[in-house]
Amino acid sequence: MNMQAQPASAYFLDDRKQAIETHTLCIVVDNEPGVLARVIGLFSGRGYNIDSLTVSETEHEAHVSRITIVTSGTRNVIEQIRTQLDRMVPVHSVADLTVQGNAIERELALIKVAGKGEKRMEALRLADAFRARVIDATTESFVFELTGKTSKVDQFISLMQPLGLVEVSRTGIAAISRGPEGMKI
Amino acid sequence: MAGRSDEQMTGAEIILKALADQGVEHIFGYPGGAVLPIYDEIFQQDKVKHILVRHEQGATHAAEGYARSTGKPGVVLVTSGPGATNAVTGLTDALMDSIPLVCITGQVPTHLIGNDAFQECDTVGITRPCTKHNYLVKNVNDLARILHEAFYVATNGRPGPVVVDVPKDVQFAKGTYVGPSNIQHKTYRPKVKPDQNAVRAAIDMIAGAKRPIFYTGGGVINSGPAASKLLREFVKLTGFPVTSTLMGLGAFPASDKRWVGMLGMHGTYEANMAMHGCDVMINIGARFDDRITGRVDAFSPHSRKIHVDIDPSSVNKNVRVDLPVIGDCAHVLEDFIRVWKAKQNQVDKAALAQWWKQIDQWRAKDSLKYKPRKEVIMPQYAIERLYALTRGKDVYITTEVGQHQMWAAQFFKFEEPNRWMTSGGLGTMGYGLPATIGVQMAHPKSLVIDIAGDASVLMTMQEISTAVQYRLPVKIFILNNQYMGMVRQWQQLLHGNRLSESYSEALPDFVKLAEAYGAVGMRAEKPAELDGAIKAMIEVNWPVIFDCRVASLANCFPMIPSGKAHNEMLLGEDVPDEEIEKAIGAEGKVLV
Ligand SMILES: Cc1ncc(C[n+]2csc(CCOP(=O)(O)OP(=O)(O)O)c2C)c(N)n1
Repeated sequence: MNMQAQPASAYFLDDRKQAIETHTLCIVVDNEPGVLARVIGLFSGRGYNIDSLTVSETEHEAHVSRITIVTSGTRNVIEQIRTQLDRMVPVHSVADLTVQGNAIERELALIKVAGKGEKRMEALRLADAFRARVIDATTESFVFELTGKTSKVDQFISLMQPLGLVEVSRTGIAAISRGPEGMKI
Repeated sequence: MAGRSDEQMTGAEIILKALADQGVEHIFGYPGGAVLPIYDEIFQQDKVKHILVRHEQGATHAAEGYARSTGKPGVVLVTSGPGATNAVTGLTDALMDSIPLVCITGQVPTHLIGNDAFQECDTVGITRPCTKHNYLVKNVNDLARILHEAFYVATNGRPGPVVVDVPKDVQFAKGTYVGPSNIQHKTYRPKVKPDQNAVRAAIDMIAGAKRPIFYTGGGVINSGPAASKLLREFVKLTGFPVTSTLMGLGAFPASDKRWVGMLGMHGTYEANMAMHGCDVMINIGARFDDRITGRVDAFSPHSRKIHVDIDPSSVNKNVRVDLPVIGDCAHVLEDFIRVWKAKQNQVDKAALAQWWKQIDQWRAKDSLKYKPRKEVIMPQYAIERLYALTRGKDVYITTEVGQHQMWAAQFFKFEEPNRWMTSGGLGTMGYGLPATIGVQMAHPKSLVIDIAGDASVLMTMQEISTAVQYRLPVKIFILNNQYMGMVRQWQQLLHGNRLSESYSEALPDFVKLAEAYGAVGMRAEKPAELDGAIKAMIEVNWPVIFDCRVASLANCFPMIPSGKAHNEMLLGEDVPDEEIEKAIGAEGKVLV
């Protein structure tokens, strides 16, 4: 998604001179109907960026879901996003993992590559080097499963490009802080 | 307080019981197919009085007026589809001005949702961005809880509108009622008590101030009458000057010598200059809206800023502040006063005297002055007379949107909170007339006046029929300049005086219009007859439409032109037109 990070006011905010940063936000929400639309609507309505979005119910009994959003903007805009999310009624809590620092971020990708002969062998060798697993194979194709940091996934995909890359499906980022403490709910 | 928790009743019964248990006495609504079961229940009870409006937008504004003048939530009931979409303007208005509303909308039966059924619309989808929260109730057993939650959400934290969408089959279905007492919200627990370190830091900053100002807003009013009392007490302790936003008028008495008038685009010279020149700004319950700040990068450049707000997302949104204090205004002010007294703080008397001297010099400019005319009623004069002749009476004022609204804010003086109802954030023409209906419902004996413009008032004019039906003696005081005056003023300032579509051609005869509705019509055309006519209007115990013919081309000053700073205000009518044209630079022209 490519929404311009503009401040909500028409006036000349000096924010624009600040550098653009990328942050990972974890939002724990009550999994009620419409909650995702609400969160996404905030981003589109206020002109914030979404670089990556991952959602799943994490506690089925309590109907609690966790939304992980990677967003970019100036410091001020990101702080705005955090407080705007935090005041939403079904939101339990919001954490900016980038500010907390040192969080673990992973994503999973399924990558289909088709080809024969030397290209096929090369794809397999690279998959091995990246610890991508083959989860489907025909005589002329593979589907690889790869988990890792976004940069690693990006790199693998670009290496597959000349080797017969057909299709990619990515989950978006799941993230969690290091150490014994959990996120408060 | 609530009924037995195992009580079985229909969804419609649950709604009426929940409203009664929430202490709701009035609801503003309009029937239709998808809410008929609820209307059937309304018919069979007498705890909740229903007021039938003429358009659903009217219901929302009436409920806003009710809420704003009482501090209680306003309640609206509308049908599905067009009923719900007609309510959208009022919901957005309430969101922008933080007014607590609970709006129940009918919906097509659950099994038809998504089928493009007759009068179906995606109400929760449409109202998601214009409500504080909304619900679609799919199971009758959730209905009571959701309704109580809706009241909780609407009134706690920063108040706002909440929609509860109830499909027709859920209104018929039988389910269990639960009372309000056993509801605790799972996630929404706004912080009302401030952090004590922030309070102490604020007091230190305030005590060290040499050129301080209180900049107060609608949050003080929303916080309840205690907040206004505490504000007065704290101002008395410190002796600092006070200004307020449009939404905050009345929280501090206009007759007090520390009051410097409203600030912002059409605020007084002294208020804006004091904001520009202050060294410590104490923002209590205001949000640095662009109508207040003008050009942000030149906004109060030398001050340290304290921002008291219940909504953390208001902090640093438009203006960076030095010290946020998150909490409810009344709680924060209480703590401010307590800590101030405990520390036995003294203000810097010499510096403060110097500051007041400066402010008095700005005051001496008399920025609201206008040239009275003998033959024509000046709009400012009309409001001055309206104020003078209603002084000491139990008055509530609403407005529409435009020049008249700004003149009302400048020339009508408010001594108490909850007396001033206006559409600030959204600027909704058509707000004022239906708002009087809500206010008068809540205060049957009071004098309720809509200071209106000729264009705005036509947007929701049909609600005068509601006023007549319920014998609500509201007074619609139209400053009739035959123009969309504020649009015309901007066209004059920005667009070479090309008055594109801003003339109110073919205005109705407002006196005859009043009579057609069964209201009383009145008119004043000359300054000499104005007082008599206003007195007569006040005397009438019936809805009145008052056609006050005013000068057609008067401009509203002072004005901070778009894109300019507080110290670049345009003053008074004596500014030549060319200067006005030049005042707004090319950058400013693109701004709203
Ligand atoms: C619903 C709506 N439509 C358009 C506007 C834009 N607008 C702002 S003021 C104004 C003119 C208002 O004219 P009038 O009610 O006659 O008041 P005056 O300015 O003459 O006092 C208009 C069209 C608005 N605020 N609200």
